[in-house]
Amino acid sequence: MKYFLQLVLAGLTKGSIYALIALGYTMVYGIIKLINFAHGEIYMIGAFTALIVGGALQITTGLPPLSILAISLAAAIFFSSGYGVTMEKIAYKPLRNAPRLTALISAIGMSLILQNYVLLAQTSDFLPFRSMIPNFPFLTPGKSLVTTTQLVILVTTIVVMVLLTLLIKFTKMGKAMRATSQDKVMAQLVGIDINKVITFTFAIGSATAAIGGVLIANHMGQINFYIGFLAGIKAFVAAVLGGIGSIPGAVLGSLVLGMTESFGAGYISSAYEDAFAFVILIIILIFKPSGLLGRNEIEKV
Amino acid sequence: MNYFLQETKKSVLSALWLMILTFPLMVLKVNIFESVVTLRWNNMIWIGIGTFFLSWLWRFLLDRKENGSGNKTQETEIPGKFSLRKSLNEKRIKIPTLAVLAVLVLAFPFMVKFYQVSIMTSALMFVILGLGLNIVIGYGGLLHLGYAAFYAMGAYSYGLLYLYWGVQFWVALPLGAVSGAVFGIVIGVPVLRLRGDYLAIVTLAFGEIARLLLENMSGFTKGPEGIAQIPRPAFFVKLSLQGATTYLFYICIVLVLFTIFIIRRLEDSRIGRALEAMKEDDIAAQSMGIDLAKTKLITFALGAVWAGMVGVLLASKTTYINPGSFTLMESVMILVAVVLGGTGSIPGVILGAFLVTLIPEYFRVLADYRMLMFGVALVVMSIFRPQGIIPRVRKRYLVGEDKI
Repeated sequence: MKYFLQLVLAGLTKGSIYALIALGYTMVYGIIKLINFAHGEIYMIGAFTALIVGGALQITTGLPPLSILAISLAAAIFFSSGYGVTMEKIAYKPLRNAPRLTALISAIGMSLILQNYVLLAQTSDFLPFRSMIPNFPFLTPGKSLVTTTQLVILVTTIVVMVLLTLLIKFTKMGKAMRATSQDKVMAQLVGIDINKVITFTFAIGSATAAIGGVLIANHMGQINFYIGFLAGIKAFVAAVLGGIGSIPGAVLGSLVLGMTESFGAGYISSAYEDAFAFVILIIILIFKPSGLLGRNEIEKV
Repeated sequence: MNYFLQETKKSVLSALWLMILTFPLMVLKVNIFESVVTLRWNNMIWIGIGTFFLSWLWRFLLDRKENGSGNKTQETEIPGKFSLRKSLNEKRIKIPTLAVLAVLVLAFPFMVKFYQVSIMTSALMFVILGLGLNIVIGYGGLLHLGYAAFYAMGAYSYGLLYLYWGVQFWVALPLGAVSGAVFGIVIGVPVLRLRGDYLAIVTLAFGEIARLLLENMSGFTKGPEGIAQIPRPAFFVKLSLQGATTYLFYICIVLVLFTIFIIRRLEDSRIGRALEAMKEDDIAAQSMGIDLAKTKLITFALGAVWAGMVGVLLASKTTYINPGSFTLMESVMILVAVVLGGTGSIPGVILGAFLVTLIPEYFRVLADYRMLMFGVALVVMSIFRPQGIIPRVRKRYLVGEDKI
């Protein structure tokens, strides 16, 4: 029973991280119908920025760990959003009216650029990430089921989700985002600056990915330039699983995926852990291409 | 002058922005074990200067593209004006050019060092891969990101057939092609309903699953350690390393010609036109009576045949294969070759494949920057020249003029 609960918790933790990344995919897809292949790299850059800024602060200043964590998280969010927005300006904006495959190829290129940029600017080795989250005294390690980082990940994800939902439902920008995703031309006609909306979407999506990156780096303890690729693909699978374009769908899909991976690795075979995501993706796309919560699209010539 | 000032301001702003943006990754370097923080300010200066000029160039190119002045030369050929493509098609020039080229190619292994022959053989293998992927992407319009899996299929069918039954190269070559095609159909069936970007991701997923299977079925495939000592092709007698590579070089030349021949025939065939129609608009194609399911499967199978054959060639050239040679990066490299050269254009893809394989080989300094350059190439090509370096010339059917 304990093993089972541990697997559930591990699945939820994983699912939360996927959810934080998947939100960016699903929001960008909802608005410009582009699979932002480079989104996983934004998550990786978030983790790297936090590691570097946090490490530099740890070494040069004597700040307490919690404030270092706060500063490095803020830095990660700022820089990741910056990368997301800049990437959109460079690689996607000129292609807004181009065929979708062209934009996808550009996105693959962007992903290669960001990966190798980090590889060349930093290192190709795994960097150790000193966890900056202090252990809560009420969770005795070894005895309680939940570890501190797991708890932090779960709570943070819930908070981010609630904030995001509020943002999209009740603010002016959220309304503009919804309008743009429904009909770009009509949105422009009623006075929405869609360039601003798209920039904002990339910024928000990148910010949540950065939070995910910082959390997972604290949880796993090491990162390298390649972590973004697999995480990105899996988050994409989660977004598709839930129905791409739908925000609650992305969360649901992520949790389902996290659980499947956790149980698959725990009860079937850990060697094939990465394969489960791909198998799920294939099954979903074959039997229900619109995802769990997505709407069916009507084909037109 | 005002315009100049404005542009300068824009460039300065972009430069400043990128200098800030790249600060943590380019300037800071942290060594946690020794508690050392290194600051690399010179990187920041280079980023600033580079961005200043590049952003200028970027805006100039975007401007030119939007105003359409760059694309005028596209299809219209002015009579009387010299055109390379036209003059190459004239018999008087074509036959001697081809003859010289043929002699050069045949004599190539005897004119250069062995190392060059080996590189050129790899490049030729890449050409075949590019041409194969080109059938799927360029003609069928299906973006395939798991092409390396087909390639792996060919390599492993030779490796395993040799390992368990001692099958030789010439038997394995057609078998590799067949297993590639079968695998193509096996992958094709479940993805029949998918299009566009979904298809790209699912093929990627299949590619990764195939690699994971190869890695984890250690009992059968020898897992990550791979299969070693696969024999090189023998020419009646067992050849030396040099001899075998030269032999492979000629085999590759023949296969490239064969591929081009088949693809040229394919273009004009009923299947080729069905592919074309499917690429332009699959629903419209379907309503014109094209069986989409069948056409898609044919596309996948036709693409996979070449990958399967090249897989066998690769196994026999390197004599060693492991799953690490068939990662997503391999698929992406082939994609870069196709997109860079010109999607759908045979000379384009050949050029693209040579560029992708030979540039990192001859400019060793750039080897570290290889993948970065490929990324830049993908982005720049999709924005400024989506048709590739040598764009495809499509058949035109004119009415009322000399050509019909």
